[in-house]
Amino acid sequence: MDTNTTAHHGNRKVMNRFDVTQRLVARLHKNEAVIGGIGNTNFDLWMAGQRPQNFYMLGSMGLACPIALGVALAQPGRGVVALEGDGSLLMQLSCLATIGTLKPKNLLILVMDNACYQITGSQPTATASNVDLVGVARASGLESSHWAADEPSFEHLVERCLAEPGPHLIAVRIDGKSATGSTERDPVAIRQRFMRGISTAA
Amino acid sequence: MDAAASRPWHVVLHAVLKSNKVRLFTYVPDRVLTPLIKIAHDDPDLLTLVATREEEALGIVTGAYMGGMLGVVAMQTSGFATIPNALASLAVPYQIPLLMIVSERGTLGEFNLGQAMVCRTMRPVLDALGIETHTITRLDELEFIADRSIQQAVMTQAPVALILSPLLTGGKVFRS
Ligand SMILES: Cc1ncc(C[n+]2csc(CCOP(=O)(O)OP(=O)(O)O)c2C)c(N)n1
Repeated sequence: MDTNTTAHHGNRKVMNRFDVTQRLVARLHKNEAVIGGIGNTNFDLWMAGQRPQNFYMLGSMGLACPIALGVALAQPGRGVVALEGDGSLLMQLSCLATIGTLKPKNLLILVMDNACYQITGSQPTATASNVDLVGVARASGLESSHWAADEPSFEHLVERCLAEPGPHLIAVRIDGKSATGSTERDPVAIRQRFMRGISTAA
Repeated sequence: MDAAASRPWHVVLHAVLKSNKVRLFTYVPDRVLTPLIKIAHDDPDLLTLVATREEEALGIVTGAYMGGMLGVVAMQTSGFATIPNALASLAVPYQIPLLMIVSERGTLGEFNLGQAMVCRTMRPVLDALGIETHTITRLDELEFIADRSIQQAVMTQAPVALILSPLLTGGKVFRS
């Protein structure tokens, strides 16, 4: 079932979260920190390989980008990636205003837009009708905000965004599938592993 | 303590943050906090930023802590009322030394019923989450309480709330 067919999506290909996450992880060569948002984004990040530089958010819906911003401010020499669902980003949309104002060079936001709140029953989000999150991000001061047209376009965008000063945002249309597994749920272990993972030079 | 007593509360608090190696100051504005916010912005060694929501500030400070930068969230009572979910699902279970400075509205001469109601929700939430909380009413106790509480938060990896009473700050009063 694909309800992800609104005008602002044009001919963009509908991709898959796990596949796209694997393609991202394969392009992380500098111990970049990755913050997985609530539910599916952190589950598929976990399934794509448990890098010590990954942080898995078990609650706090909408805070993947703020957490990533905090890491980016504390470690300006390290690339930081936030993985967020469209529903989660819509909940904390104003974080784009903060990021667009501070303009951290080392931050990349990756939005997995399935046009619904998949994990709670696939109720449609506002991106299913008229909201274009790339447009919102651009208007918030993230000039380098892009839709990925297909998988090769996604890979090219990731490589460019990791190499050039940001902040950047890449949005991907994805299908309505759930994640391929789930994360171990021990918050203290997650934090300690992450802190060790980003304690050495990037 | 005499020297401390002659300095205003915001100067004392800023000095305590500095001596405890706080390098990030996030806030959502509050009238009473204005002098503290100003001194933070004027300090070139402190990264001071305004967040759009207190929850967002909590996320930023959490990420910064994990990246090696200690930070604080300064907010008003009504701002605190927006963060219980983020406290309960992020700061507390992940054991983050989240430093919270709350300017207390809603008591000791409050003129807005909404603020008074919001204020009543704050301490029960902090108690329910088992968060170390101190209400600071006296200038001569400010340095000791703030300094020791921040040290404890860092050493025990736990959030702490420092509530600044109108007895300390003067609060916000109605002027007709
Ligand atoms: C504050 C808050 N409100 C609601 C929920 C319930 N909830 C958990 S995940 C989720 C949907 C997330 O949607 P999205 O970010 O688009 O990710 P998807 O599930 O589509 O992958 C919701 C509504 C929650 N956990 N916290």
